Amino acid sequence: MIEIQNVSKTFVSGRTQVEALRDVNISIGDGSIFGIIGLSGAGKSTLVRCINMLERPTSGEVYVDGQNMGDLAPLQLRAARRGIAMIFQQFNLLMQKNCLANVCFPMELAGTPKAEARKKAQELLALVGLPDKEKAYPAQLSGGQKQRVAIARALATDPKVLLCDEATSALDPSTTRQILQLIRDINQKTGITVVVITHQMSVVEEICDHVAILDGGRVAEQGPVSTVLSSPRSDAGKRLVFPGRTDERISVSGRDKRLRIIFRESAATSLPLVATMAREKGIIATVLEANTRKLSGDVYGTTLIGLPEADLYEAAKFLSSFENVSVEEVPADVQ
Amino acid sequence: MFSNVFTPEQIEAAALCLKTEIPFAIWETLYITVLSTLLACVLGLPLGVLLVAGEKDGVRPLPAWLLHLLNGLINLLRSVPFLILMIMVFPLSRLLIGTAVGTKATIVPLVVAAFPYIARLVEGNLRELDPGIIEAAQSMGATPWQIVTKVMIPESVPGLLNSFTLALTTILGYSAMSGIIGGGGLGKIAINYGYYRYQYLIMYLAVILLVVLVQLFQSAGTKAVGKADKRLK
Repeated sequence: MIEIQNVSKTFVSGRTQVEALRDVNISIGDGSIFGIIGLSGAGKSTLVRCINMLERPTSGEVYVDGQNMGDLAPLQLRAARRGIAMIFQQFNLLMQKNCLANVCFPMELAGTPKAEARKKAQELLALVGLPDKEKAYPAQLSGGQKQRVAIARALATDPKVLLCDEATSALDPSTTRQILQLIRDINQKTGITVVVITHQMSVVEEICDHVAILDGGRVAEQGPVSTVLSSPRSDAGKRLVFPGRTDERISVSGRDKRLRIIFRESAATSLPLVATMAREKGIIATVLEANTRKLSGDVYGTTLIGLPEADLYEAAKFLSSFENVSVEEVPADVQ
Repeated sequence: MFSNVFTPEQIEAAALCLKTEIPFAIWETLYITVLSTLLACVLGLPLGVLLVAGEKDGVRPLPAWLLHLLNGLINLLRSVPFLILMIMVFPLSRLLIGTAVGTKATIVPLVVAAFPYIARLVEGNLRELDPGIIEAAQSMGATPWQIVTKVMIPESVPGLLNSFTLALTTILGYSAMSGIIGGGGLGKIAINYGYYRYQYLIMYLAVILLVVLVQLFQSAGTKAVGKADKRLK
């Protein structure tokens, strides 16, 4: 269990102060995969570093398994950090050591006997799918392979928590999917708690069960991924879930109103709503954007339509009469 | 071609010198240079580490006054011209070696001149290291000592080797100057024959040998860096 309570962090450089985190409260259950998403500068990386005290909160507490991380003496903190592994966007492998030595490294720091460490490192490299790369140096590996080695290294001290700081942001989409799959497999096999920091909604959709949206150092909203991603309540959430690709240029006329139709179930998703509305009500709408996605096993769909102001009320009434369908008007600036 | 510039006597004297004095001078130059550089590393490497690790957001912050003191000391020693420094450290040479002149005694000013230089080179090498790697080690629960000895230094080996080569060639140049205070080696030959006795041929010979030594050091160093750096493969 990770409890982040009223955590604020202010960076002071000279006369300027930057409030990176403001009164953040998050609680992360054992064995869950928790996503923390936000745009760059939202404070995600600072927040994740507050969990293992790489950054000390200016105020507030962080508890990991009931232990107040801020209260630990240096020696205790180092011991606690062995239980909280971390992987990074830039992998941060030791470039002058081969893969085996890299995976052995945390065990070497902890004083594990060499032979034992070697054996475990070999097992871990096999677990991440790189049994034949023991002797290879990081520079000889692809980005995805480097992150696999980093994951093997992170698991070397049998941690209870894995912090992923933009771990897939430097990887291409297909490698990203493989790495996320690996993280999910490890989570299911070992019950390790995973905290995923990302700016990509697709990462949250792919593996997280809970998510917190960070905006300007505050938690804009949090909850189960299926709830937050299907109907985000905060502006930051809406911006992330429905990225503003449909701007004014796409709009047929400036006087158009926009409606977002949200389907909450596969049966609703397959309804030909826009066509039905045209036939039965004679309202002709323009589809500006549409997509369907699967969240925690359920299918969700959204369609953004544009239509004349005069038809707005009638259309909203008609569409929301269907089961598992909800409708909201979308102001032009937030899409 | 030589007979147009140099008389047969001069060429004969040079040939004699090449046989009798120069082999020993090469040995002296090598021994002074390598020994001084190694001793300077013993002081310069930890000092360079302190400058980086002891910073405000380093892995083991030191009191600000201590850092100021170390930086001041380095800048002070780096700003004294080597010719003057050689004379200024006479008392120290007498204290450590028992004499201020001669081949052995030149090691003292060479070390005093070289260790602040090496400290700055080491500082530069360690600063080049990706801070993410240090952060990763911290996240694994590494102690400051472990970070220095197992991350910062091993990860900087190629750069440090490069700096070592640079220091070696610079100190080789300095060692040639120590002929002034009676230090032996190729520098002494160049000064004694060329400057005091106008035997330019011997002076050129000594200089050419110094150039060859620098070339050898540099290419050996470059090779060693290439071999050591696992990022290039």
